[in-house]
Amino acid sequence: MQAFTTLTGVAAPLPIADVDTDKIIPARFLKTVKRSGLGVHLFYTLRFDKDGRERPDFVLNTEPYRHAEILIALENFGCGSSREHAPWALLDFGIRCVIAPGFADIFYNNCFKNGVLPIRLPRDVCDRLMDDARMGGNARLTVDLARQVVVRPNGEEVGFDIDPFRKHLLLNGLDDIGQTLQHATSIGTYETKRGTEQSWLPPVHVG
Amino acid sequence: MPEARPRTLFDKIWDSHVVERLPDGTCILYIDRHLVHEVTSPQAFEGLRLAGRRVRRPDCTIAVVDHNVPTENRRNGIAEEESRIQIETLERNVAEFGVPYFPLLSAQQGIVHIIGPEQGISLPGMTIVCGDSHTSTHGAVAALAFGIGTSEVEHVLATQTLLQKPAKNMRVAVDGALPVGVTAKDVVLAIIGRIGIAGGTGHVIEYTGETIRGLDMAGRMTVCNMSIEAGARAGLVAPDQKTFDYIKGRPFAPAGDAFDRAVAYWRTLPSDEGASYDKQEKLDARKIAPMVTWGTNPEAVAPITGIVPDPREAADEARQAQMQRMLDYMGLTPGQKLAEIPVDVVFIGSCTNSRLEDIRAAAAIARGRRVAEGVRALVVPGSGIVKEQAEAEGLDRILLEAGFEWREAGCSMCLGMNPDRLKPGQRCASTSNRNFEGRQGPGGRTHLLSPAMAAAAAVTGHLTDVRELA
Repeated sequence: MQAFTTLTGVAAPLPIADVDTDKIIPARFLKTVKRSGLGVHLFYTLRFDKDGRERPDFVLNTEPYRHAEILIALENFGCGSSREHAPWALLDFGIRCVIAPGFADIFYNNCFKNGVLPIRLPRDVCDRLMDDARMGGNARLTVDLARQVVVRPNGEEVGFDIDPFRKHLLLNGLDDIGQTLQHATSIGTYETKRGTEQSWLPPVHVG
Repeated sequence: MPEARPRTLFDKIWDSHVVERLPDGTCILYIDRHLVHEVTSPQAFEGLRLAGRRVRRPDCTIAVVDHNVPTENRRNGIAEEESRIQIETLERNVAEFGVPYFPLLSAQQGIVHIIGPEQGISLPGMTIVCGDSHTSTHGAVAALAFGIGTSEVEHVLATQTLLQKPAKNMRVAVDGALPVGVTAKDVVLAIIGRIGIAGGTGHVIEYTGETIRGLDMAGRMTVCNMSIEAGARAGLVAPDQKTFDYIKGRPFAPAGDAFDRAVAYWRTLPSDEGASYDKQEKLDARKIAPMVTWGTNPEAVAPITGIVPDPREAADEARQAQMQRMLDYMGLTPGQKLAEIPVDVVFIGSCTNSRLEDIRAAAAIARGRRVAEGVRALVVPGSGIVKEQAEAEGLDRILLEAGFEWREAGCSMCLGMNPDRLKPGQRCASTSNRNFEGRQGPGGRTHLLSPAMAAAAAVTGHLTDVRELA
């Protein structure tokens, strides 16, 4: 996983609440066995008409937002399915940070596994960042994960909260599985104990 | 000895699965059962392969194909190339990694959340995960069950654990006798209408109260299934005699003396008297009517006796704009009577409502009636076994004679990943769980409702108060 340290870039305003995962990437584009290449399907129905032509009024189809690396959204972003294709599509498009007043749990969690930073900030702060984002290419935001601040174009710094363990993994680009396997002995001990306590539990075995 | 703090059902399951608590409070949580399907697993198996890792506990894992599979003519193979590749990829992966698998043409095949409980793979007190948000379904058997992304699928395959922090506890109590014609689906739609699609975010919802206890296991599964539509990580119902009777004799459940020992443990799981919840909500079942959604998320719901609401009555400008967008997409106008909205398609199926009880409810309405002119109605059983049982009861004949299509098991029209999908502009009365834009196919319009309500819409050709057909 790519580490996330600081990011300075164009932020795209997406002032829609309850953006669901079917909006982020419709189910018909999940028929892939790869993680990459999903950026072309990001926000498909918002971005393209029924004939596959770009909708000129959608923010990511306009300059400088085609190159956005940050997304400013509203409440309950990423609700719906568990598809990790949603953060994969954002990442493949080039978006590495989403700022919103709230996220759905599974989407929020999936972001961290892919080096995408979801930042929760109060609605009024998001509204101010949304205004910044509307100023376009001359108004880049900086996200500094180590210091836990978003720096606005006017230099004002907005602090954000993040789970320390997730921050550590993200800053260092660490693989979760590698981390957990450092505790393989504990897992083995737990399995032995549980096998004794719940000896009534049969294994799953087919055929 | 100091008295132990009263704990909830969630607390008990959580505590008993903590392998290790890291200094910042993150837990390594042990996972008892991992359900795997074709859409969210290929990248996870590929990750294992690249890292030279194996599946730690194939004996705690079960794989099945459901999202992509066609629901007719499947012996002829799978026509859509990308779907076929995903299914073949899963078949290669389960063979390579030694994961138990129910093949497409076996009776055990079905929607992953139908087959878990049906096979006795999902049991009380367990932690269960799957790369699918509707994993919350298994909470009906008192398992802590939640959806995960593909990276976490890989994490569970490799370690049989997840890195997690505990969710908060929420209790939704439903009391009172359900009126005639009102079902578990109406209860959960009413709950989501009340608490909203983010009302459960960060929480595990425990459903309590005499109405929930009165539901059969299928109904409890319907309720828990839609927990995620309220934003909750999981839903739970305390185990009781109904739970134990349901599990007894199922293929993968403990048997004989082992079953008795299991029940003794399961009886310790219900929330303690005085356990505290971070959030609580109460509903009076006597006031719930058959429900139907009018918008493009599950909280946009109203009793069938109601009307399409007016965006001008929304709380703020943002909500007004959101509601207007919903009505534009749905092709509805404020003030329109819900019970007069015509439908093109009726879909009875999905992990929410494709169990035998659901098909019986649909057949009871269909018996002696005909699907309305111009309406296409599909009934898609949740598993090969549900299909066999329904056919043994003659339900397929009732439905076929009434003009419904009778299909083979799969996710079907719930999510437009297989040949069953809506055409742009088509309006569907659907027993599934999500009415998001494009969910059932690009441009498709979804009204969520119960199986009996769906069957009623099929025979009248418009959304209908099922109580008028009784």
